[in-house]
Amino acid sequence: MTANAAPLLRLDHVGKRFGGLQAVHNLSFDINEGEILGLIGPNGAGKSTLFNLINGVFPPNDGRIFFSGIDITGQPPYQVARHGLARTHQIVQPLTNMTVLANCTVGACFGRENLPLHRARQIALEAVKIAGLDDRREMLALQLTIAGKKRLELARALAARPKLLLLDEVLAGLNPTEVEHMIGVIRRIRDSGVTILMIEHLMQAIMSLSDRVVVLNFGEKLAEGRPAEVATHPQVIEAYLGDPKLAAELEGHA
Amino acid sequence: MVRRPFFWIIALVIAVFAALPAIGNNVEMRESLVLACVYITLASNLNLMLGYAGYINFGSIVFFGLGGYICVWLVYAHNWPLLPSLLAAGFGVSALALIFGLGILRLRGHFFALATIGIVEGVQAFAENFSPWGGSSGIYISPAVFKPFGGAAEALWVIYFAMVAVMGASLYLSYGIKSSKFGLGLLAIGQNEDAAAILGVPTPFYKALVYCISAFLPAITGGLYFFKSAFIQPSDAFDLTLSTEAIVICMLGGQGTVTGVALGAFLYEELRGYLLTSPTFADFQLTIAGVLLLIIVLFFPSGLMGFIYSRFPRTQKVLE
Amino acid sequence: MLGFIASIIDGVLVGLVYGLAAMGLTLIWGVMDVINLTHGAMIVAGMMLLYLLASALGLSPYLILAPSLIGGFFAGIALYWIAIHRMTGRPPLMSLLSTFAVNLVLVGVGTAVWGTALFNVEVSVPGFSLGRYTFPGPHILAAVLAAVIAVGLYFFLHHTRTGKAMRAVANNREASELVGIPTTRLLAISVGVGVALATVSGTLIGTLFPYTILSGDSYELKGFIVTVLGGFGNPIGALVGGVALGVLEGAVTPFVPVSWTLVIEFALFVIVLIAFPGGIFTRRRGGL
Ligand SMILES: Nc1ncnc2c1ncn2[C@@H]1O[C@H](COP(=O)(O)OP(=O)(O)OP(=O)(O)O)[C@@H](O)[C@H]1O
Ligand SMILES: [Mg+2]
Repeated sequence: MTANAAPLLRLDHVGKRFGGLQAVHNLSFDINEGEILGLIGPNGAGKSTLFNLINGVFPPNDGRIFFSGIDITGQPPYQVARHGLARTHQIVQPLTNMTVLANCTVGACFGRENLPLHRARQIALEAVKIAGLDDRREMLALQLTIAGKKRLELARALAARPKLLLLDEVLAGLNPTEVEHMIGVIRRIRDSGVTILMIEHLMQAIMSLSDRVVVLNFGEKLAEGRPAEVATHPQVIEAYLGDPKLAAELEGHA
Repeated sequence: MVRRPFFWIIALVIAVFAALPAIGNNVEMRESLVLACVYITLASNLNLMLGYAGYINFGSIVFFGLGGYICVWLVYAHNWPLLPSLLAAGFGVSALALIFGLGILRLRGHFFALATIGIVEGVQAFAENFSPWGGSSGIYISPAVFKPFGGAAEALWVIYFAMVAVMGASLYLSYGIKSSKFGLGLLAIGQNEDAAAILGVPTPFYKALVYCISAFLPAITGGLYFFKSAFIQPSDAFDLTLSTEAIVICMLGGQGTVTGVALGAFLYEELRGYLLTSPTFADFQLTIAGVLLLIIVLFFPSGLMGFIYSRFPRTQKVLE
Repeated sequence: MLGFIASIIDGVLVGLVYGLAAMGLTLIWGVMDVINLTHGAMIVAGMMLLYLLASALGLSPYLILAPSLIGGFFAGIALYWIAIHRMTGRPPLMSLLSTFAVNLVLVGVGTAVWGTALFNVEVSVPGFSLGRYTFPGPHILAAVLAAVIAVGLYFFLHHTRTGKAMRAVANNREASELVGIPTTRLLAISVGVGVALATVSGTLIGTLFPYTILSGDSYELKGFIVTVLGGFGNPIGALVGGVALGVLEGAVTPFVPVSWTLVIEFALFVIVLIAFPGGIFTRRRGGL
């Protein structure tokens, strides 16, 4: 972490309640330009909720969120998108009756650069290629397999040319070859200068991809640091003990 | 746009509409095409909401009726000439739509649809109680208003050509929006509004804008239509049947397509004309519209154009 | 003061009937998130049954409630299979269009047969007087029956196997299927019950006011408002919403012409919806 660079995204004591449930509690951390930050935690820890807070699906109950120094707390999603923040969904949200290319064109048109239609199409074509959907670009989104829809999520977010990309479990449900390919894609996206915040349950993948990792449990930050540090953190291991398989993976990796 | 074949297809349709009845001075054909123009105009503009943005508007007739009232009232009570009255109707109704829209477009799906039913009821009740508009007995205008056109017969022709022009403008509007960034955003809203917003589509603004735009041309056509009849009353101006038929037409032709909706309107009008003159079916217009809608919704949700596209995939490139 | 009390009582009496008229709509809405746009037509079907049986056979209006209930139930089952079943998994607006289409057919046939004639079924039940105000017997009886039906429906939903299963389906259709609840059958039954409530309320309303083939619309519109006020699929809530509406109508009548009440009610509907965007509704949607 370089001390002089302002963080790209800053969470300042952010909290969110759903009725009686405190889904995210008093959460603060920064994301620096150019890094891949992994966000892990057991099911229901509040990871996806945090994404929803960041990109404005609902406002936080407490705290503030800053993006490139601008306070974006409570801004609606379409404004947040304009600042250069794009995301994928854990549960895919394709524009079902539109082609893959049209899906991505929407991303490009209304993303950070607010492009006119013909320019957006070119960007969309590039994004489709990067995500490996070139051969399927004229297909309707609803005709894609689940793996295809995950790629579409990624392609669409990329087409927005974001500064920060939020990836919510893009590897879940993919087979090992597809995972390999996707990891390569994510690396290349980072190398092109995009900062990435990613949620992932696949420990091996996240530990090898991330520069730093934040661990959430019951909406609170349990640990933050380099992957190797986090993996040996006793509280983290304890939190994952409820999930023996993940715990084993975590220890195996350390 | 001018270089696309579809641009010229629309131009051809307009030319045919204008020329066919004019050639033999065929008044009967003209009157039947007047209705076709009304249907195409109403359905095409409804399609902007229903087919593009995915919002069911049960109250599209309000635009037509209010446009009619504003125009007829300006002519009758203030002696305005036709053209400024029409423009006032168009802009006035669009402004109202914008105001209503900012309110009710915060409602999603079901609730928006229900609120539009409420708007029809509300506006009709308003017209029935509003004495400057003659309450429930409406407004008659004297045939003298046709004088500036050189007499009633000439006036009817002028109005007809104006209605054809408005119909053509509706088709170009549908086409233009569909091939624009605005249209892409609307289609995205229609598919998945939450996803669209996250991709950056300014959903509240786009929805209000399309609702407002979809009011303009129907209001002008309403003005022309009721000026032509020289009479307007609430039960004609806000006849829920016409709203219903506009929905049936969109579904019949294929919601979201420009060609389909125009074709659907034309076919529906012909069918209706036939049924109305046949003694057995004359009373069953609503029933038949209902059966038709049910069959389409159940079995052919993508309508006529869906069928054509799937049988002849190459038509997708030409017919929007 | 007496006048005020009288108009409140009147509002409550009429409101209970509004609540009953809305109950079927809100039940179907709550169980499967379908807005049954045939609701108004079904209310009129109950009214026409009353007219036919009472005038042709001379049956007592209150006896006709039984065939109205049974007929409505089967009409609802038919409606489910024709217009709703195939809409599962399609965009939610499609069920709006399919029930709207059936509504057009029903209203179309009705107007073709009966035109817009006004029907009136005379019922004589002794009323009740408060000073110079008299509350007609049929109104009191209808209000009492509405309350009884609401309590019966509440009991059905909370204390019978079928009713409990219906609530389970409303809460989570997939999960209910997993634990072996026959969801399709239950959805069909829900629509049956919902439509039976519509026809019964129609028969009952027919004993109170004159009506035409198109009278169902205004009760359907009131049904939307009652649903929004009283919550989804909750029979007692529907009564409360209905009474709120009835009292409101009674309260505004001295100040505005009758033709405006519907407009005011709809403005209320939209305002409530906008004031709680999603709020009171989404929490209740798909849950009883
Ligand atoms: N819109 C909502 N309304 C009510 N509760 C919600 C909502 N969204 C999430 N929750 C609750 O908040 C908690 C955190 O959910 P979240 O989806 O953020 O978990 P997660 O960490 O992403 O889990 P997973 O790994 O399973 O995706 C859960 O208990 C969930 O039920
Ligand atoms: Mg999640």
